[in-house]
Amino acid sequence: MADVLSVRDLRAGYAGSTVLDGVDLTVPAGGVVALLGRNGAGKSTFVHTVMGMLKPYSGSIRLGDRELAGAAAHTVARAGVAIVPQGRRVFAPLTVAENLRIASTRGRDGWTPERVYELMPRLAERRDNRGDQLSGGEQQMLAIGRALLRGPRLLLLDEPSDGLAPAVVDQVAELLEGLRGEGIAAVLVEQDLHLAFRLADEVAVMQKGRIVHRSSTADFRADRARAHALLGVG
Amino acid sequence: MERAEAGATEVTRSSPRRLVLAGAVLAVLVAVPVVLGAYPVTTMTRMLAFAVLVLSVDLLTGVAGLPTLGQAAYFGAGAYTAVLVGLHLTSDAMAQVAAGLVAGLVAAAATGWVAVRARGIVFLMLTLAIGESVHQVADTWSAVGGSNGLAGMPPISLFGSPLLASGFVYWWVLAVAIAVFAGVALVVRSPYGRTLRGVRDNEARMRALGYRPALARYGVFCLAGAVAGAGGALWVAQARFVSPGDLGFEVAALALLSVVIGGAGSLWGPCLGAALVLLVRDNLSASIGGHGPLVLGLVFVAVVFLMPRGLAGAGRGKGPRRGRGKGRGKERPS
Repeated sequence: MADVLSVRDLRAGYAGSTVLDGVDLTVPAGGVVALLGRNGAGKSTFVHTVMGMLKPYSGSIRLGDRELAGAAAHTVARAGVAIVPQGRRVFAPLTVAENLRIASTRGRDGWTPERVYELMPRLAERRDNRGDQLSGGEQQMLAIGRALLRGPRLLLLDEPSDGLAPAVVDQVAELLEGLRGEGIAAVLVEQDLHLAFRLADEVAVMQKGRIVHRSSTADFRADRARAHALLGVG
Repeated sequence: MERAEAGATEVTRSSPRRLVLAGAVLAVLVAVPVVLGAYPVTTMTRMLAFAVLVLSVDLLTGVAGLPTLGQAAYFGAGAYTAVLVGLHLTSDAMAQVAAGLVAGLVAAAATGWVAVRARGIVFLMLTLAIGESVHQVADTWSAVGGSNGLAGMPPISLFGSPLLASGFVYWWVLAVAIAVFAGVALVVRSPYGRTLRGVRDNEARMRALGYRPALARYGVFCLAGAVAGAGGALWVAQARFVSPGDLGFEVAALALLSVVIGGAGSLWGPCLGAALVLLVRDNLSASIGGHGPLVLGLVFVAVVFLMPRGLAGAGRGKGPRRGRGKGRGKERPS
């Protein structure tokens, strides 16, 4: 299957420091790759660099046939990449409906606020509530809905379980599982291994700015010793 | 989580109660020349024109998150242009307002592209520099009267009839001010207004949604320039005179003060703030030994402590002002 995302020898960081030190990663069309690793390994930096929110020092980021390394975030977004950021970052003063409309202005591929409401009825109930009046789980759903309205080919999910109660994480997991049929490829950065294993086809482990392991989720789970060596768990 | 701030002063949906209140305010405003004498009417006319300038400052400061000290420059561009049109071309009030609006728009378009690249204190200083530069030009350029300004503008006319009575000039200024207010309110509630609020609250997120924040900011900067220019034309419709003092730092600072007192982002609150500021500066000051600026300073301090969301947010608690803290609009991986 053709790769939606193909990253080669990506180097990036902040103010001269190097966080990503030659990352290679591919994501097949419709596939979900969980990017795992300890804190500070560079997972979120990778997501921000792919999104164009951080300019790389060098390397290649291809979305299909299009080179996006160094492109501005709005260009990357228009090319078909959407992000669900860590901490949700919904527009607090705007209502749920406004949060969705602000994304759907430039939406495409059949995603409309109504379709998001069908997928997430809870948001429909709260469409007139401001972003800061929502629970953490509702905000996460709103952030996912907002990303979907971009009609993405690639979805970047940065710690979607961050700060959520286990029961709410389960709801978010169900929602993301329901999206599998949409054929949207995804990179899932996640500390919650249960959630990562539940959603991902493949696992990539990052250490010190590099991908040091890549396997299917089933293979990764089968080898507890390796998981423990790579992540300190298992 | 980027926590929510109060935002209670945000422009919100119309409710029947609000519409009734707006209708009552409108009725009172229309009745002013009928019940008050010429002097209060001219004072109210100045307040309305100044409120249009303040509206432009609120559009930038409250809606787009760009606190500015430069709008007096575009107000002045509109005022000077209207007087020049009145002196040399026509006394038609509509033509003068249109000319003032275009002058403000062009001046903002010419200077804004640089200014909107900056945010926060840098933007504030850039707009201050623009304002002071334009003030300096007006103060020294003999073609526009230098420090003496331009006087002798004939009374404005509508459909060929000169508006000699202060009440008629008031009604004209009121009509334009309402039209400008309605236009700005429509923009704020439009998808573009939503974009501006999104850029204000989280610029990085808007980029990730495919928007170009600099373009959105440039658009609102030009629009605010046009509004300020129209305000300048209204100002001279009554005064029939313009001088560098009409576009100096004091005017810019009072306009920003009006926004703070009124409640940034609400549109109507800053208009109320504009009336209060001019009332203290031009009318009460004489009766308190010329200590108007001191009173304004005390009002400012009182509002900051007692009504952090301004007059428009009074009665909604003392929550934090719509914050624009450090790092606003920036995201960084944790």
